[in-house]
Amino acid sequence: MAKDEFREFRLVGTRPDRPDGLDKVTGRARYGADISAPGMLWGAVVRSPHAHARIVKIDTSKAEALSGVKAVVTRADFPTGLTGDEWDLQENTMAGDKALYDGHAVAAVAATSKLRAEEAARLIEVEYEVLPHVIDVDDAIKPDAPVIREGAADATVPEGMPPNVVRYFEHGRGDLDAGFAEADLVRENTYRTEATHQGYIEPHACLGQLGEDGKGEMWVCTQGHWFIRKMCADVLGLEKSQLRVTPSEIGGGFGGKTTIFMEPLSLALSRKAGGRPVKIVMSRSEVLRATGPTASASMDVKIGMKKDGTLTAGRAEFRMQGGAFWGAPVDMALDCAFAAYKLPAVMHIGYDVLANRPKAAAYRAPGSPMAACAVESLIDEMCRELGLDPMEVRLKNAVREGDRSSYGPKFKSIGLVETLEATKAHPNFSAPLGPNQGRGIASGFWFNHGGETSVTIALSEDGTVTVSAGTPDIGGSRASIALMTAETLGIPYENVRVNIVETGALGVNEPTHGSRATFATGKAAVEAANAAIKEMCRRAAVEWGIDPEAVEWVDGAAQPAGPNAGKFPPMSIAEIAGNMGSTGGPISGHHEGNLGGVGASFGCHVVDVEVDPETGRTTILRYLVVQDAGRAIHPAYVEGQYQGGAAQGIGWALNEGYVYGEDGRLQNSVFLDYRVPVASDLPMIDTVIVEVPNPGHPFGVRGVGETGITPPLPAIANAIHAATGARLRHLPMNPPSVLAAIKAVKGG
Amino acid sequence: MVEVNLWSGMRRFVGDDLTVEVEAETIGEMLDALVAAHPALKPVIDQGVSVAVDGEIHQGRHVPIPQGAEVFLMHRLKGG
Amino acid sequence: MSKIHVTTTVNGDSVEFLADPRETLLDCLRDHLDLTGTKEGCGTGDCGACSVTLDGTLVCSCLVLGIEAEGREIGTIEGLAQGHELHPLQRKFIEHAALQCGFCTPGFLVAAKALLDKNPNPTETEVRYWLAGNLCRCTGYDKIVRAVMDAAEEMRKEAV
Repeated sequence: MAKDEFREFRLVGTRPDRPDGLDKVTGRARYGADISAPGMLWGAVVRSPHAHARIVKIDTSKAEALSGVKAVVTRADFPTGLTGDEWDLQENTMAGDKALYDGHAVAAVAATSKLRAEEAARLIEVEYEVLPHVIDVDDAIKPDAPVIREGAADATVPEGMPPNVVRYFEHGRGDLDAGFAEADLVRENTYRTEATHQGYIEPHACLGQLGEDGKGEMWVCTQGHWFIRKMCADVLGLEKSQLRVTPSEIGGGFGGKTTIFMEPLSLALSRKAGGRPVKIVMSRSEVLRATGPTASASMDVKIGMKKDGTLTAGRAEFRMQGGAFWGAPVDMALDCAFAAYKLPAVMHIGYDVLANRPKAAAYRAPGSPMAACAVESLIDEMCRELGLDPMEVRLKNAVREGDRSSYGPKFKSIGLVETLEATKAHPNFSAPLGPNQGRGIASGFWFNHGGETSVTIALSEDGTVTVSAGTPDIGGSRASIALMTAETLGIPYENVRVNIVETGALGVNEPTHGSRATFATGKAAVEAANAAIKEMCRRAAVEWGIDPEAVEWVDGAAQPAGPNAGKFPPMSIAEIAGNMGSTGGPISGHHEGNLGGVGASFGCHVVDVEVDPETGRTTILRYLVVQDAGRAIHPAYVEGQYQGGAAQGIGWALNEGYVYGEDGRLQNSVFLDYRVPVASDLPMIDTVIVEVPNPGHPFGVRGVGETGITPPLPAIANAIHAATGARLRHLPMNPPSVLAAIKAVKGG
Repeated sequence: MVEVNLWSGMRRFVGDDLTVEVEAETIGEMLDALVAAHPALKPVIDQGVSVAVDGEIHQGRHVPIPQGAEVFLMHRLKGG
Repeated sequence: MSKIHVTTTVNGDSVEFLADPRETLLDCLRDHLDLTGTKEGCGTGDCGACSVTLDGTLVCSCLVLGIEAEGREIGTIEGLAQGHELHPLQRKFIEHAALQCGFCTPGFLVAAKALLDKNPNPTETEVRYWLAGNLCRCTGYDKIVRAVMDAAEEMRKEAV
């Protein structure tokens, strides 16, 4: 689609084997827990069993007396005086005065074996004074809710707000009252989504070493090792350059591995144990209790619609809790809420609320799935009420390039209309449905991101090339980076090796987050390749005795640009590389920047469900993802992102959710009870890659990772409504809640 | 002159007018000028903001603001 | 607790190790035998990342004690390829982009091989239900199921 705007490519858009494929199908690839070191100790963490409790006393003497125990750390081993985000990170790494959630770390121990470390952890005695706790966001925002931390509100929060509100958002434009007055139908409903976990299959793992001299090393599974370096250094008071962080292969992240959890503990233990390396591997229960869930949300949405489907006004008021620290993605949720629609008047209000839960981490398009759940459900409900086709209403109100976005600025190049049209044209959109079956559609949006990026490419003596990149390969990005580099240099894909290098080898890189790896690292790799090409042309020019400006790069070789430049046969990259030692030394190219040119991405999903009226169980019959990739560099991995995002969204919609007991403890902290979709829950997931190239990227890439988790929540709610007549406004839509909703419709 | 569009939650700090004119050629200069004109904005801006210049969202202070560009202050964006 | 000497066969090789009686087979494979291809995703038998075969039966090695391996035959991901020759499932996983992060991949491959050993011609539904004990959070299973079906087809053709 729209391919004619760009030249045809030799490699971009093909599907070669990924460079790390062999390692990953043979078990050779080394993940976080797969590395050991001489003299290594094992760490174990003591965690609070209470949702909210004052830590009265920690007695470590019995643990320290156990043979093989080499170090015990508590908060007393951390520097004091931190403020802001750094204090939050430190406090979440290790509780100070209070344990703030079930699973909050309160002490850690290092010993000569894993079993010995676990034994020692059980010997650490912690005396707690249990405090009242609050879990639910609507409870936490009440004025008389237990106060989690005094003075935690930032400057955005006006006087007089409830004590657990720590950030307040309000933005909008246009005349809301006039908009609603103009509408033929105004509806307002409340929607709720539960906290879900990213659910990466690899638990957090690291191997940290820190000497008395402040020099340290770490091997860790992370989406961003410079973030790990900075955060660990901040929390422990280290010099950043003295900490060398090497990323392992990473077993999934989805945003949850962009921050620190137990990593500083391994360093603190190592330092106390005389510099012996300390390995910490979390259990699944630790992962679910103490790492990365996303926020839970309670959302009021009000929309005005004319009889012909034209939207006149929208208002969203979202309350989200992101655990005992600020950071629920309510701001981004609001920005995404109405992003797919032209709206003359819009207002967003948001509350970031503290609760006694783990500190929320980013999760794939943070905030956007919740927002879509509310807005896309209400749009569907109103279309039904007015007898309108929900696809036509989406098309009628769809934003295009130059339209003002709901969040303020005008859109640059976007592909929403193309995405909706491609959805309409797909056979799934008109497949026949049987009894108890229903179809739902919904749109989704994510901004995408560029960010701080540093890439170096270096020419080897035989004319092959290594790319040093700083964004861990979480889903095939080595392949896409190699394709773009090889395309630019005019060499075979196989002649490029992409290495994800440690923190000492490049300037700062942001993590693989914000759907940015292929966009930003790819863009920087192309710039770096162009810099190398310039140098290779210069070397050829010197050899030929002509002006460097008179040399051009074609198909992997330098050649005189036109007949006036001189008559020389092309000089290949292999020839230039073979001689580089005697023509001026090594040839490399690099690029550093905070990269702009980001292109936002829209998607549309169509789901067909069958709901068993006896049990309320929802079966996904067909699933279609249509999304604007800008340009698919390696289409198989783009499809993979679409399918994976959809599957996570399906889990969120139908089954996943944190369940807390009255005691504030997480009740489903194993995969048996926190049940993510399995192969038998899902059909094949059909995909259509729409390509409306992003002019801000040399190959048109937008970034594809995140948008796909956004539409499934409302699309499935809409499909269940179509199948049963029952509208569910509270996720997850598991069999008991669907059954209850069906009964309520029949009863009423 | 750059006309900066603020979000409505900032009305508390700047008064009713949500567009503020400042003298600036880069995002950094614009943010500094905003704080100079309305010191109450400092904690909000220090916390981190994104800035949209003609529809493109930036984090860097170095980004130039062309004459007549449309500028929006936004909450800082972060991805997963 | 004193350690117990265990003699067992892993991927056809006779091996020995000393196991604490509390250690799982997964711990022993990873920490005593350096066979880190087998992964721990949950430790409770729910995710299948630690799938191995024990005397030809597919098991979660996190639910087997190391000392139970005495005298048994264990198959792990490291034994799937024959020398330089990848198993068709391994080739098809790469070809179909059936892995993103790759962490669940060893478990899926071991489980899928156990399926094809029993049933060389599975339906899509049979593949999905057999692999329902293996969690993948990246792919939505689509490309995994396709890779297994395609490998099965190739193996059937080769067997004729």
